[in-house]
Amino acid sequence: METEITQQATKLRPASANGRAFASGLGTALPFLALLVVGVAFPLFGGGYWGVIATRACVYWVLVSGLNLVVGFAGQIAIGWVALLTLGAYTTSVLVAGNVMAPLSPYLALAIAALVGAVFGLIVGLPALRLRTFYFAITTLGFATIVTQVALAWQSVTGGGVGVPGPVFPEPFSSQWGFYYFCFGFAAVCTWMTANIAESRFGRALAAIRDAEVAAEASGISKPVLLGKVFLFAGATAAVAGGLFASLQSYITPDAFTLDLSILFFIAILIGGRSSILGPLLGTILLTALPEFAAPLVAWSTFLYAVLLLIIVLAIPGGISEMLDFKNRRALESNRAIVPRPELVARLFDSVPNAGTLTLDQVTLSFGGVLAIDGLDLEIRPGQLHGLIGPNGSGKTTTLNVISGYYAPQRGAVRLNGKAIPALARDQRAHMRIARTFQTPRIVGSATVLENVMIGGTIDGNGTFVESLLSLPRHRRDEAMLRDTAMLALEAVGLERLASVRADRLQHAELRFTEIARALMLRPAFLLLDEPAAGLSAEEIARLSALLQAIARAGTGVLVVEHHPDLIFDICDQVTVLNLGRTLAAGTPAQIRSHREVVNAYLGA
Amino acid sequence: MVSSIVLSGTAIGCIYALIAVTYNVMFSASRVFSFTAGTLGMLGGVLGSLFIARMGLPVAIGFLLVLAGGAVLGIVTEIVAVRPVLKSLDQHLYVLSTLALALMIQQFTAIEWSTEPLPFPRLFDIARVEFDQQFWLPMLACLVVIVSLELLYRHTLIGHAFIAIAEDNYAARALGLPERRLRMTSFALAGVIGTLAGFAGGEMLLAFFANAPMLTFYGFVPVALGGMGNNRGAVVAGLMLGLFQQTANFLVGGIFASVAVFSVFIIVLLARPEGLVGAALQRRV
Repeated sequence: METEITQQATKLRPASANGRAFASGLGTALPFLALLVVGVAFPLFGGGYWGVIATRACVYWVLVSGLNLVVGFAGQIAIGWVALLTLGAYTTSVLVAGNVMAPLSPYLALAIAALVGAVFGLIVGLPALRLRTFYFAITTLGFATIVTQVALAWQSVTGGGVGVPGPVFPEPFSSQWGFYYFCFGFAAVCTWMTANIAESRFGRALAAIRDAEVAAEASGISKPVLLGKVFLFAGATAAVAGGLFASLQSYITPDAFTLDLSILFFIAILIGGRSSILGPLLGTILLTALPEFAAPLVAWSTFLYAVLLLIIVLAIPGGISEMLDFKNRRALESNRAIVPRPELVARLFDSVPNAGTLTLDQVTLSFGGVLAIDGLDLEIRPGQLHGLIGPNGSGKTTTLNVISGYYAPQRGAVRLNGKAIPALARDQRAHMRIARTFQTPRIVGSATVLENVMIGGTIDGNGTFVESLLSLPRHRRDEAMLRDTAMLALEAVGLERLASVRADRLQHAELRFTEIARALMLRPAFLLLDEPAAGLSAEEIARLSALLQAIARAGTGVLVVEHHPDLIFDICDQVTVLNLGRTLAAGTPAQIRSHREVVNAYLGA
Repeated sequence: MVSSIVLSGTAIGCIYALIAVTYNVMFSASRVFSFTAGTLGMLGGVLGSLFIARMGLPVAIGFLLVLAGGAVLGIVTEIVAVRPVLKSLDQHLYVLSTLALALMIQQFTAIEWSTEPLPFPRLFDIARVEFDQQFWLPMLACLVVIVSLELLYRHTLIGHAFIAIAEDNYAARALGLPERRLRMTSFALAGVIGTLAGFAGGEMLLAFFANAPMLTFYGFVPVALGGMGNNRGAVVAGLMLGLFQQTANFLVGGIFASVAVFSVFIIVLLARPEGLVGAALQRRV
């Protein structure tokens, strides 16, 4: 899989970069291969007790790998995930022991536990869709406490404080090393699956939800649907880990599932770093093995984890993965220029987008007693550059936000080809091919520029989440397609040389062009730009103008909110001037320039 | 039976309300919810037991030492876990830094004090009656704190400064208010209130390290339901929570009472994420 992606990538790069691309692909896979070899060969040099530690590390990683998508990728602070380990451990053990029905085979019990875990993962996770961070953290914490208490109280099933024996997997997995390989197999598969997700449009979308939620919405990413899938997956892996954990412990009581364990899982991910698989994997191994090196440390282990957490948060928020990211320490060229190639824009559009006209019809919106927009009419036609200007507070950005669904107008409607589009359905805008950029660029800083642009094409993938988990052909075709298109979009805006650079290393102007490239991924019928020229040099503004004209020529209706009158008057076909939420004037640039009121109120003599 | 439910429910509710006020005082000064709120409550019980029962200090001196300890811990929280991450409030690093600090204190207590609940001394040497000191002490503490805070916020200059910081941090700083010193004072005040809650409720909750996560959770419920930063809402919600919990305790048993409280909390929050007393959504774009 790794080499395939590398090959796809090399196709797009100049021949001289081939070797480097291959080396970087190998570089990513190398640590995993090394761990695989060490893991397989472990029984050769590990003693009996170390075997238990290694098995435990594998079991923990099965849980952490899934939780990593929730915490490390989606940025949801789920600190009580031990609840799902408990649930999986008890489900497996109770079904095998036959406390409620005829005893089942351990494999079947483990599979049922995975299903139960998936459902409860969804239940525990769902509040994240409505609640702010601290609230969500507290609810997962509460859930962890409740599950242990239920296990303690429901004596007829769980054995209460006395506990229940864990499942024993039959030959060949009953011996110590047999069971180790069993757990190691799960751990390896989980690594592979989550690495596939990390490299997929789903992984990028999760990072977008974490770092740039509004940009995720504008790209058509539905947070509830995506997080729902991830919670199902993380719940299932946690429950499987629970079943394995119960077997490893050979006997479980509610005492085995302390919050300390939850903290270990959570901190392993944070030590590892965001948007990384290798980092949390190393973090899990480290935290599992650390207390074993010195016996006195065992009692203090949770204290030490907490100290580590504080150090990580205050001193190295990037975690292990950022420390290992040597590639992005190399200095970038200092005086690099953005040279867009507007002629490439047309190649992005396989056909002329034909969505009709986007109209605002008597839109009125007030905040408290302040009228932000007051009965605004606006018409954006395909292939036309429409400028929206006006003094600060005249309602320009608010207009964009009404179109992209952040505010519901109190009166009036936004219509696409005469049909009103639903207010507040923000992630639906992308499906109508309405794209936008933001006043302050909304970018995933820890992802590469290329990945950031690929986020814009998320809705054009065909493969499902499961296909990406298993790296099936449709997933690989999606990835190749998104990569090709994103590379083309980057070439069009003139940033292809920065494709593999972390986005947070870019300069402001480059971020603006990255956002345009991301918006182009949608092959937009309408493109809304919020002050695209702010902070750009005169030369860059000229290049931006040419780029915008090319986009309009490709058939896109472009709405530009801007303060630079030059940009507006040079390139726009139509200009609307707002003042206090109302249209002060509308017409061609020439008409506006000579409009007496506009000159008095805004442009100056 | 009803009277004992009402008594213990009100008393426990007062403790939850005080922890909620602890959250609020810290939140108002910094926009940060701190996991140390419940830890302070736990320390009120543990330090009280340490000073009075184990070291044999007089009750009054032990009490003052506990509150002083709370104030110091509040200031430490501000310096170690809050101030360094305030710059990037939107990244929610404070959730992690305060969690780390709370865990460190909790683990330290478990190892150096005890992992078992130890008894808390009886503060007044008087005979047990139905309306016992273990019930009226938390109620008295809650009343004193609420009245003092109202007087502080309404009638003193420093109280007005607290409100100014809470309403609009930038404007307050532009007016020349010593924002950092006020924030540290707020955290010290929160430390005092938190340990007072644990001290007053010591006889009910015992001196037990695991009270920390318990109070962190149950103390946050009134904050969430009563509205962030709203002390009166917190007291009402805290009392409701205490009564509901004790009633459920009596009707369906302890474990399922927790499940009931948790379910109600989640359902109410999902229905009204801004709490029963609403607050406006922020502008995001």
